Amino acid sequence: MNFTKTARIASVFIVIAVAVIFAFPLDEKINLGLDLQGGSHVILECKDSPNALVDDDAVQRVLEIIRNRVDQLGVSEPVIQRQGNNRILVQLPGIDDPETAVDLIGRTALLEFKDAKGNTLLTGAHLLNAKETFDQFGRPIVTIEFDKIGATEFSNATSGNVGKVLAITLDDKEISAPVVQEPILDGQARITGSFSVDSAKQLALLLRSGALPVKVEILENRSVGPTLGKDSIDKGVKAGLIGLLLILVFMVFYYRKFGLIADFSLVICMLIIVGALAGFKFTLTLPGIAGMILTIGMAVDANILIFERIKEELKLGKTFRASIDAGFNKAFRTIFDANVTTLIAAIALLYFGTGSIRGFAVTLSIGIVASMFTAIVVTKIILELFSVKANSKILN
Amino acid sequence: MDFVGKRNFNFINNRRLVYMISALIILVGIISIIFQGFNYGIDFAGGTILQIKFDEPVSIEEVRNNLGEFNLSSSTIQDLSDTEFIIRTEKIDQEKRKEILSTFRDKIADLELLRVETVGPVIGENLKKTALYAILFAFVGIIIYITVRFEFRYSIISILALSHDCLVVLGIFSLFQKEITIPIIAAVLTIVGYSLNNTIVILDRLRENIKFKTRESFENIVNLSINQSLSRTINTALTTVLPVLAIYFFGGSILSDFALALFIGMVAGTYSSIFIASPLLVDWRNISKEKHRHGQTAKEKVKKTKRKTKGK
Repeated sequence: MNFTKTARIASVFIVIAVAVIFAFPLDEKINLGLDLQGGSHVILECKDSPNALVDDDAVQRVLEIIRNRVDQLGVSEPVIQRQGNNRILVQLPGIDDPETAVDLIGRTALLEFKDAKGNTLLTGAHLLNAKETFDQFGRPIVTIEFDKIGATEFSNATSGNVGKVLAITLDDKEISAPVVQEPILDGQARITGSFSVDSAKQLALLLRSGALPVKVEILENRSVGPTLGKDSIDKGVKAGLIGLLLILVFMVFYYRKFGLIADFSLVICMLIIVGALAGFKFTLTLPGIAGMILTIGMAVDANILIFERIKEELKLGKTFRASIDAGFNKAFRTIFDANVTTLIAAIALLYFGTGSIRGFAVTLSIGIVASMFTAIVVTKIILELFSVKANSKILN
Repeated sequence: MDFVGKRNFNFINNRRLVYMISALIILVGIISIIFQGFNYGIDFAGGTILQIKFDEPVSIEEVRNNLGEFNLSSSTIQDLSDTEFIIRTEKIDQEKRKEILSTFRDKIADLELLRVETVGPVIGENLKKTALYAILFAFVGIIIYITVRFEFRYSIISILALSHDCLVVLGIFSLFQKEITIPIIAAVLTIVGYSLNNTIVILDRLRENIKFKTRESFENIVNLSINQSLSRTINTALTTVLPVLAIYFFGGSILSDFALALFIGMVAGTYSSIFIASPLLVDWRNISKEKHRHGQTAKEKVKKTKRKTKGK
C-alpha cells in the first residue's frame, strides 16, 4: 500500500467522520424549511393611501412595528427584512397558528375614539400600555393607559361627551360604543366588547405595538400548518426510503458484488449530503427532500458508468486490476462532463429559485458533488482492496 | 447478467421514423400550447390556495355550494381524500378567507387549515421572467461548456435533444391542462441536466470511438457508440426513474405533479439521447457533405479528402 492510497483512504474516513459529526442527531442539526416545520412566509407591500404616503421613514417604522409584533408573538428565529423600496419579507418558522400570526402582522391597528357624529377625538398614538384582563364578571377586556398628552386629550374627549356615546374603533370597525358616565382624568380606560380570551390578547398586542403609519397589503403569503409539515416529512422520508431500497436491490440484482460496493458508496454519499446540509446550515425543504431522493438515482449512475467500463475491459481479457484502472480512467471524463452540465442546470435553478425550490437546487448540487466523490474515490478504493485479494488468490 | 450487451441494434437506419414520431408528439404539444396555453398555477397567475381538512367526510358539492355564497363557485376544488380538499380561487384577502372558513365551520363541519398560499399577480409576472432567464441561462451555459469540452456541433445537438424533452413535458402539461407551478419549472430544469447527462455519455463514447476506430463509417461509429452505452443508459434510466416513482406514489400531493413531470422528462430524455441526439449528428454530417459538394474552399477539400482516405 503506497502513500497516496493511504492518504485517499484516510481522506474518505475523515469526510465520513465530519459528515457524521455534523449530521447527527438529525432532528437537532437539520434546519427545516417553513414547508416542513410549519410556518409562514409573507411578503408585505406598503401602500399609499389618501392620508399617508409611503416614504423611507414610513417603511422603516412599519418594519419596526412588525418586528415588535413578531417579538410579542414569541416566534423563535423570525426573519424580518426589507426588500427593495417598499416591500417587507417576514418569515415565521414553527408557529402553531400561522393564520392568526399573519393576520396580526398585516393589520394597520389604528385605534380611534369617535363621538356620536363620527368625528375622531383621539387615536391610539399616545398609548403607554395595553393589557388584556377580565372585568368583574370574568369577561375578557382590554385596559389601556395613555401617556400625558394622551391623558389630556382623553379627559377632554370624555368631558365633552358625558352622557353620550364615545365609540371605540379599530381600523374603522367599531369594537364597542360605551356611554361616557363621567369624565376620565387619569388616562386609564377599558375597552369592553365581545372578546374571547384570544381576541382580547391580540387586540392588546396590536395596541402595544402601535398602529402602522401606512396601509400594508399582503402580496404573497405561504403558510403551512404544523400538521401538514409533519405529514410532508413523513411522506418524504417514506418515499426516500422506498426509492433507496429499490435501488439498493436493483444494483445487487444486476451487478452482484459490484452492486454491493455501489450500494455501500451510495449510503456514504447520502451521509455526506446530509452532513453538508447540516454543516453549511442549508435549509431542508420538501422539494429539497425530492432533490435528495433524485440524487439517490443519479449517484449510482457514476457507479454504473464505471462498472460497465470495467466489464468491457474484462471482456477484452485484461486482469481484474488493469480493468479497474482502465475502467476508472475511461469513465472519469464522462462522469465529470455529464455531472458538470447537470450542475449548470442546478445553478440556474439556484439563481431562479425562491424559497423552497432553492432547497431543491441546493440538495441537487450537493448531491452531484457528493456522488462524484463517492464514485470516483470511495468505490475505487473498495475495488482496489478487492483486487488485492483477487490477485493474491490467483497467486496462491 | 446482461440485458442488452450482446445485441447490436440499428438506431441509425430507422431514424426518420423516430423523428416523425417525436415531431408528431411535439407538434400536438405546441398546438396545445398555442391554442390552450398553460394552466398557470398561483405561483405565476396569482390567486389563493387553501388546503383544508374537515373532521368528517364531506362532498365536493357541499364545499362548492358554500363557496357560491362568496361568488367563488367556479373555483378549482380537488379532493385528496373524503375529508381533505385543495381549493384554488382568485386572490382573496385575509378577511374574506376568514369568512369563508367560518362559513365552512358553521355549515359543513369543523376543519383544520393545513396550508394557505396567496400570491399577487405582480409577483407571478416577475416570476415568469425569472423562470425564462433561468432556462436561458442554463441553455447558454451548457452550449458554452459542451463547445469547450467537445465541439460546437455536439452542443447544438444536445440543445436540440433537451429542447425536445422540455417540449414533450410542457406539451403534455398543456394538453392535459396540468398546473405549471414553480416545482414544475424546477423539474424542467432538472430534466435539462438529466437529458444532457445521457446525451453526453453517448457523445463522449462517440468522441473516443472516432479517435480509435478510424476504419469504420461515421454511421457505424455512431451506432456502435449508442450500443456500447446502451446498458448504462437503460440502467441509469431505471435507477433514476425508480426514486421518482417512489416520490410520485408515496411523496404526498404536493410533490406528485413534480414527480410526474420528472418522470415524463426522464422517459423523453432517455429516448431522445438514444434515438435523436446522435442520429442527428449523422444527418448534420450528411447535410454538410452535400453543401461541400456544391461549393467548398480549397482548404476544406483537402480536409475532406484526408478524412476520406482515412475512412476507407
